[in-house]
Amino acid sequence: MLAKSLKKRENELANAKRQLKILSQGIFENGELPMFNAQLEAVNKSVLKSKALEILQINVGYMCNQVCAHCHVDAGPDRKEIMTRKTMQQCLDVIKKTGAHTLDLTGGAPEMNPNFKWFVVEATKIGVKDFIVRSNLTIITANKKYYDLPEFFKKYNIHVISSMPHWTKGKTDNQRGDGVFNASIKALKMLNAVGYGMPESKLKLDLVYNPSGAFLPGNQDALEFDFKKALLSDFNIQFHQLFSITNLPISRFLDYLLASDNYNDYMYSLVEAFNPAAVENVMCTNTLSVSWDGWLYDCDFNQMLELKVNSSVQHISKFNKEALSDRTICVSQHCYGCTAGSGSSCQGTVA
Amino acid sequence: MSKSYYDPSDLRKFGNITDWNEELGKKFFDYYEKVFEEGALTAREKSLIALAVSHVVKCPYCIDAYTQDGLKRGITKEEMIEAVHAGAAIESGATLVHGVQMMNKYKKLSM
Repeated sequence: MLAKSLKKRENELANAKRQLKILSQGIFENGELPMFNAQLEAVNKSVLKSKALEILQINVGYMCNQVCAHCHVDAGPDRKEIMTRKTMQQCLDVIKKTGAHTLDLTGGAPEMNPNFKWFVVEATKIGVKDFIVRSNLTIITANKKYYDLPEFFKKYNIHVISSMPHWTKGKTDNQRGDGVFNASIKALKMLNAVGYGMPESKLKLDLVYNPSGAFLPGNQDALEFDFKKALLSDFNIQFHQLFSITNLPISRFLDYLLASDNYNDYMYSLVEAFNPAAVENVMCTNTLSVSWDGWLYDCDFNQMLELKVNSSVQHISKFNKEALSDRTICVSQHCYGCTAGSGSSCQGTVA
Repeated sequence: MSKSYYDPSDLRKFGNITDWNEELGKKFFDYYEKVFEEGALTAREKSLIALAVSHVVKCPYCIDAYTQDGLKRGITKEEMIEAVHAGAAIESGATLVHGVQMMNKYKKLSM
């Protein structure tokens, strides 16, 4: 049986304000570690400013068929927040005029939104250079109504990005739930079968790697090499790129860090690995994140912390390019996750 | 001053060794960094060797550091425990092979 979301359990960490409070207390409050703002100032970046919009990331709902232990969305089957067709239409109107080269659909499991296919078809008509769907893989095998997803993705030339924390069953299932590894392998084979991830194929299939515990990701290229070698030799599966993403200390991962007494050490690891070069390319400066109910955020993490954009325009229905440009990015201590080591973004490392 | 000889947070202060002798400290860390680069052995293989040696020299700081390093590299627990056994086997073998010395001495002294 799947676990329940923090929200369903009425856990205090389902509350964004509570999370932000925790992130400002303890080792940050007593001065052991610098606040993220102070760290930016130390590298002569008093504030982070948004640049030209390149990526529009739309979270079409928090419902998911999985309940991953590290999920920053706190997604799961019990989450009912789903983007309506009306909000989707507002997003489509914005896509037409943004000039963003990438459209990135995420969730939850975006495919569980009843209007998902309609939205993909309509958005494809507008024509963006890179149209990403973040698929958790298991949704493809979860129910026969999803079995045609690989063909559907192919028809609309969707760039599929899927999560895979390890090439072994034990580590994958520990993070993502029992049976997830086998179902993911089956789904990857289905995607390979229609051409996704194959060498020279234009049907892009990339994997996302999140560490399955309180440690930072290793070298992205080395991990990609190991993933490719293992998935090919063990399962004859191929994919294009591996993106390594650092787990940010919010929501369920924050809950895990606190419960396992790893929080302080993890925050130390993030702060010690602070890389000014990563600050230059953090994704919040070229991304806009839209929530299921149409509010605008600098990134998906800020969405979960309910930190809306610093702008006179905060909702997709009022979208205005000028009002959103050169805005000051909302930051807190979770931002150390994107600036550690080689940096981290939804497209992997940034430095 | 901590009341125990080992404090996990001291691992983070390892770099401070340089504060009291910059030249030697720097030479050590340069050497250390160079050793663990990709070479004839991969950095991954060296990480497992370091983990095994960490156990043989019974260094809690090193065990902490190289368990984390292995996790970051995607090294599995099956690989880690085999490395630890390899170290342990050599260490126990080193003890046991001295049994030959005992046997030699025993024979020499016995009628």
